[in-house]
Amino acid sequence: MDNNLSFQKKNDLSIVLCGQAGQGIQTVEHLLTRVFKLAGYNVFATKEYMSRIRGGTNSTQIRISSEPVRASVSRIDILIPLNQGAIQHVEERISPQTIILAEKEAISDDFDQTRHNFIDVPFTKTASEIGDRIYSNVVAAGTIGGLFGIELQTISKYVKDFFSARSDDVVQKNVAAAKGGFGLGAGLANSSKIKFDIRNDAHVKDQILLSGTEAVALGAIAGGCNFISAYPMSPSTGVLVFLAKQAKDFGIVAEQAEDEIAAMNMAIGAWYAGARAMVTTSGGGFALMIEGLSLAGMLETPVVIHLAQRPGPATGLPTRTEQADLELALYAGHGEFPRIILAPGNLEDGFRLAQKAFNLADKYQVPVFILTDQYFVDSYYNTDCLDLSDINIEKHIIRTGADYKRYKLTANGISPRGIPGFGEGLVVVDSDEHDEAGHITEDLDLRTRMVDKRLRKFELLKDEIIPPELVGSEDYKNLVVCWGSTYNIVKEAVKNLGRDDVAFLHFKQVYPLSNETVNYLQKAQKTIIVENNATSQFAKLIRLHTGIDIKSKILKYSGLSFYVEELTERLNGLLN
Amino acid sequence: MDTRIFDMANIDIAWCPGCGNFPILKILKQALAELEIEPTSLVLVSGIGQAAKTPHYFKTNLFDGLHGRSLPAATAIKAANPALTVIAESGDGDMYGEGGNHFLHTIRRNPDITNIVHNNMVYGLTKGQASPTSQIGFKTPVQVGGVFLEPFNPLAVAIALDASFVARAFAGDTEQTKEIIKEAINHKGYALVDIFQPCVSFNKLNTYEWFKKHTYYLEDSHDRSNRNEAFKKATEKEQFPLGIFYISPDKRTFEENIGVYQENRQPLYERKPNIEKLHSLIKTFKIAD
Repeated sequence: MDNNLSFQKKNDLSIVLCGQAGQGIQTVEHLLTRVFKLAGYNVFATKEYMSRIRGGTNSTQIRISSEPVRASVSRIDILIPLNQGAIQHVEERISPQTIILAEKEAISDDFDQTRHNFIDVPFTKTASEIGDRIYSNVVAAGTIGGLFGIELQTISKYVKDFFSARSDDVVQKNVAAAKGGFGLGAGLANSSKIKFDIRNDAHVKDQILLSGTEAVALGAIAGGCNFISAYPMSPSTGVLVFLAKQAKDFGIVAEQAEDEIAAMNMAIGAWYAGARAMVTTSGGGFALMIEGLSLAGMLETPVVIHLAQRPGPATGLPTRTEQADLELALYAGHGEFPRIILAPGNLEDGFRLAQKAFNLADKYQVPVFILTDQYFVDSYYNTDCLDLSDINIEKHIIRTGADYKRYKLTANGISPRGIPGFGEGLVVVDSDEHDEAGHITEDLDLRTRMVDKRLRKFELLKDEIIPPELVGSEDYKNLVVCWGSTYNIVKEAVKNLGRDDVAFLHFKQVYPLSNETVNYLQKAQKTIIVENNATSQFAKLIRLHTGIDIKSKILKYSGLSFYVEELTERLNGLLN
Repeated sequence: MDTRIFDMANIDIAWCPGCGNFPILKILKQALAELEIEPTSLVLVSGIGQAAKTPHYFKTNLFDGLHGRSLPAATAIKAANPALTVIAESGDGDMYGEGGNHFLHTIRRNPDITNIVHNNMVYGLTKGQASPTSQIGFKTPVQVGGVFLEPFNPLAVAIALDASFVARAFAGDTEQTKEIIKEAINHKGYALVDIFQPCVSFNKLNTYEWFKKHTYYLEDSHDRSNRNEAFKKATEKEQFPLGIFYISPDKRTFEENIGVYQENRQPLYERKPNIEKLHSLIKTFKIAD
């Protein structure tokens, strides 16, 4: 409708591709994030998808910017709908400024083209000329590449790499598709219809492009993880897949268990025998692991649990996101025993906390959770290369003497942990209440002393709580409190507010809670909690441990994470 | 080796006088002593139930975990340190009921462990309900009209899954049972030894006498490598055969298949991650030209 198209921001664009499962949207995401990164642009990508293999409507958002971008926005600057239904899927996010690159056949009749910035781009026609409309996705990727002036050679290289396991014919045709698309994009760029001003960022070159899944999995390797047992469950499976792929290079036992019960009991058995083991799962799978969690509590066996949340109850929304399993992680397991819950907010956290989880578990002989969610594990962006210089694998295994007692009553509650086959001693562990040697007992006085011993560790591990991170002015009047995956969304939203009286406090360790929490909260005149759940579980936890009731709440539980604009608006609503 | 190396001093045994667990405890100690397996290199893994208490009467490393979950733990222990001799030992309710799924998949996984199942066809610790192997018609406070579920046939199931070693023994026969257990422990791969055992308190049907009357040893001519024949023998239910039914030759073990020991024999606890290699891996995420 308009030949003079302009975006809301010229240096920060949101490109959304939308189509059915099976149309290769993920392929486009994979290719474009890489070529944009290589071209020196800051890039962020996240996806929302349906729980199906074919059909439905999925979308992926790719943000490219002159400045670092690390959060999901609702704004769509360029939309590429690859099927009918795609536009309806994202209709609420289409604005008068959105440019829709599509061919007429992807637009349903009831869509008023005259009211939108619609540019006819023959993706399918170009793909069909190459041999099959199946290549439309790569044509679209090529088009975006051409539009943004990426070198064709770069795009072709990544197309070749991506399809390297396929036949030569498939590789050739995809390269041809990228080339065809590139021509279309270059044509658009030359027509000057679409104007933007995204500059290269010199920092990007040396940075890495990572997803949350990869950050957690790399952190696990850095933590000395050499055993992972899991049952596939979205959105947690990526960590198992990643470690299975690296298993040979890093000497990791990566086993797909028959169920989550087996996975958890394997992990505990592996730690017992000296491995550093983890499980990866989501809510329903974790529910099956809970008896095992309690076993770890009783045996005082370390265990690391990556719990990638998705909306429940029950099967819920299998491919969506939520932060509603905090209380599950917190209270899971019969009986009373200490635990640690970490909740990474950004990719560096994902790596660092996963690494640290193994040391903490080993040191305190407790279960340690890495609590993520679908939004966290499925989002990518460029970030500084992970620093390994201060990586320390702290092992707390001792060589046993002949008189070794696994559950020796000690002042700090930690009984030095031996493993079978290392030393002269015997390592006896029992799910029943046990004596110092590990054997079953019904001595009720001893029972009390054993409970006290286990709980003394809880006091001890409080010395090592990761403090919350305050972002913004220390002289804040308003404090936004959040935890886990919302870090970057809150960061951008608070920045958008443009107020120096607002800061935000992000918790990377949600349990046990840092003692500094009270001071931070008391200092604020107004406190707002932001959580991706319906019942403000973290606010309840804060109230329980500090007595402070955070009354202003911004909650979302639709299955999607917050969009930056939405959160900015809701924060504004509460602050004014 | 003297069997007393495995004896515990001053223990209060929770079994009823005359329980079939006593001979199994004794037999297992003898078998291990004859095989010269040191207590420090042995791990007994059990679940919950009267049979699952056996490791507590044993001077060795032990992992007494959850009801039904000994096999996953045992598999992981062996995988973390293949130098250990790992025996998962529990009752019929634990292994075939609560842990049924793990029983199936551990056979498929084929870790080099021995799986000893005390099979007394009844739940003892919970006082006399039916177990997965209870015979049809067996009356209990719960199965008041008698059991009508088809008894679980662990041997037939194991052979159907091409288990690497499948045997049945009887607690009343020390010598033969000891030999079977020794062969099972020596066997490379998963080895099932289902041991018929009377429960003197809660199973008045399947007594020592009953087992003696209803069992016989496989003939010397029995071909242990013949899976069909083994399966046929396993399905006999008037007279139950005893002995080694089936050995699947040349099966790769779980520890061989997982690959971590191909180039490095070190158990996992001795290892550290290769940070140099990790650095290289992380660098691949730079997406360089």
